[in-house]
Amino acid sequence: MIASQFKRAILASFFIILFFVTAFSNARASSGEGEAFNASEVILHHVVDDHVWHFFDGHYGTLYLPVIVYSEQHGLEVFSSGNFYNDDHKVVPYGNYTLVDGHIHLAADPEAFVLDISISKTVLMLFINAALLIIIFMAVGKAYKKDAKKAPKGMQSLFEPIILFIRDEVAKPNIGSNYEKFLPFLLTMFFFILFGNLLGLLPGAANLTGNIAVTLVLAVFTFIVTNINGNKHYWKHIFWTPGVPLPLKFIIVPVEILGIFTKPFSLTVRLFVAITAGHIVMLALISLVFIFSSYYVGIGSTIIVLFINLIELLVAAIQAYVFTMFSALYIGLATEDHH
Amino acid sequence: MYANSLLTPGTGLIIWQAIIFLLLVILLKKLAWKPIVQSLKIREESIQEALDSAEKAKDEMAALQSDNKKLLEEARQEREVILKEARDVANNLKEEAKQDAVKQAEKMIEDAKNAINTEKQAALAEVKTQVAELSLQITEKLLRQELKDEKAQKALIEDFIKDVKVN
Repeated sequence: MIASQFKRAILASFFIILFFVTAFSNARASSGEGEAFNASEVILHHVVDDHVWHFFDGHYGTLYLPVIVYSEQHGLEVFSSGNFYNDDHKVVPYGNYTLVDGHIHLAADPEAFVLDISISKTVLMLFINAALLIIIFMAVGKAYKKDAKKAPKGMQSLFEPIILFIRDEVAKPNIGSNYEKFLPFLLTMFFFILFGNLLGLLPGAANLTGNIAVTLVLAVFTFIVTNINGNKHYWKHIFWTPGVPLPLKFIIVPVEILGIFTKPFSLTVRLFVAITAGHIVMLALISLVFIFSSYYVGIGSTIIVLFINLIELLVAAIQAYVFTMFSALYIGLATEDHH
Repeated sequence: MYANSLLTPGTGLIIWQAIIFLLLVILLKKLAWKPIVQSLKIREESIQEALDSAEKAKDEMAALQSDNKKLLEEARQEREVILKEARDVANNLKEEAKQDAVKQAEKMIEDAKNAINTEKQAALAEVKTQVAELSLQITEKLLRQELKDEKAQKALIEDFIKDVKVN
């Protein structure tokens, strides 16, 4: 039975990759027969944010997302990003704004500041991720509310071990006795990243957790939670490190202060790089097929991409764990009791 | 171009992410994590309680069993003691009865001996008096017979005198 499940999993992954490849071939076709295939542009186009959500070529293949922009000159404006594209799918200016490499600028003054709070591809992905989290965990929470002493079943039994893992292996050992206060934050953090990572692996999905803005905000949340809850030992350790001779304090204290900020920075970069790199590797391997235009390369890179995809599943879980674990560790360092 | 937007966090996305994540933390805390964590705690406690009470029941069972064994042992010993006592009492009774019987028999024999002795004495005394009386009567009759005539009386007196003279 396990063997058959494994076979099915392999088959499913194969089709997913096939889907990926076909989506790509369309993308390539859209770039025009005359133009040379530009792998780096295609790859970057797939991992960065955009105002449209491109699934496949053709009239219905692109989802034009709403643009919400604010500028001092023109105030708040909301319109469809479809307005930036003409019938040949070429970028054109619309109204007061132009779209340059995915960024919206004022047509009159490209240097002026424009606040772009559009529902972009990544923002929509964020909504989907958040909705999924709420739907799933509301259902799970309800099952617990109904009867606490009943044995878990269904989705409950899928997530209970993970929740227990976060509680017993991440929160408890890193934070200590008052871990319960931070458990909701850590659980939300873990499942947000895990779901984001896994959703990002789906064909056609946006790269949510591989976006530096997303990881930055997550890290800033950890930074805020850590420093708000930091006790006097934590601050004393930073500003007047005990057990260090006075002259050394002049070196240590700036390093410690810097450390407050390097912690969230490392969190930001680690998750962003791990997820984006995975996507880039996969896309690069697929791009090889189009660069060489060879069946052999196609078969070879499909097999490799299959394995990279499986590794990415692992990375998705590991990165979610690592981010949560380090968050817990930082919180633990700031709140631990010194006896 | 694109490479630039890969590394620069978009302002709009930062705002959305901050709002959504904050909402998620608040909503999920209320809807999911609190009930889940609380229920897990309750369940763990109830499981622990069940395990503890099972352990306790086992201990109690063992204690009861050992109590039973002890009681049985005690009962057996008590039975032994009672039986022994009963046997002793019976033996004593038997012994006493035997001794009583022996004593009674001895007493009866003694009594009988005494009675026989008394009777014998009485009979002997009677026989003595009877013999004395008879002897007297015989003597009387003999004397009367002997001393019927004068001559016989004289002869007797002379005999006496002769005896006295000798002395």
